Amino acid sequence: MANETRVSISSAADIVTARQKGRTLAMELGFDGSDLTLVATAISEVARNIVDHAKRGEIILAPVNNGGRLGISVIARDEGPGIRDVARAMEYGYSTRKGLGVGLPGAKWLMDEFDIDSKVGRGTTVVMKKWL
Amino acid sequence: MHVPVLKQGDYLIASVQSVLSDADLLQLRDDLADRVGQFRSRGVIIDVTVLDVIDSFATRMLRAVAHMLKLRGAETVIVGIQPDVAFAMVQLGLTLEGVGTALDLEEGLSYLDRPAKRNLKHGK
Repeated sequence: MANETRVSISSAADIVTARQKGRTLAMELGFDGSDLTLVATAISEVARNIVDHAKRGEIILAPVNNGGRLGISVIARDEGPGIRDVARAMEYGYSTRKGLGVGLPGAKWLMDEFDIDSKVGRGTTVVMKKWL
Repeated sequence: MHVPVLKQGDYLIASVQSVLSDADLLQLRDDLADRVGQFRSRGVIIDVTVLDVIDSFATRMLRAVAHMLKLRGAETVIVGIQPDVAFAMVQLGLTLEGVGTALDLEEGLSYLDRPAKRNLKHGK
């Protein structure tokens, strides 16, 4: 079974690296077709969120196994400014910056599980999973 | 990676060759805005067949490019969005509203060749 992969994110170019590594891991785990694209796109959105709001952080990609059910876990972690109003940030179309306000809520729709934990001044961690 | 832009008659064709970084997209936007003026082009085709991900940023950029070129007098048509990519875009709620799309390069060319018919269909 493939191991955990860490991709440090500090520029827009790293977003591409993260989603390519995510796609590769998902393929190794047995995902195919549109699921690969959904996972890669979700990674792209959370990685961009790091670049836009926290400047730097990391994406951790890992296989997960829940009682025999395989999946991929994507953790996006940063020590940026954090999100003051998480509920608001998860509203579709809400953006504090130049974005479409699609990133985080969009990533949630693309994956099966999505959790976000953010503390102002401490940073943000997004944990999302997709099951085979 | 830099996107080559070819001139074909009254049109410009930008064929995306590999994954696009944000910087490449911005470069493409500037290149096209310049060349539409340089070649007095009336139509632009952006071929995204090779893209395996079109996320919210890429969508916003493609939309911005098309709207900008429209202001420069050229019609833009995005061609080659793959089925999986289209599916992910729909899941994300992303649209290319106000931007022409066509299946492939061939359809893109005929889209640009029929502006009168197209406008009629849109009730203009």
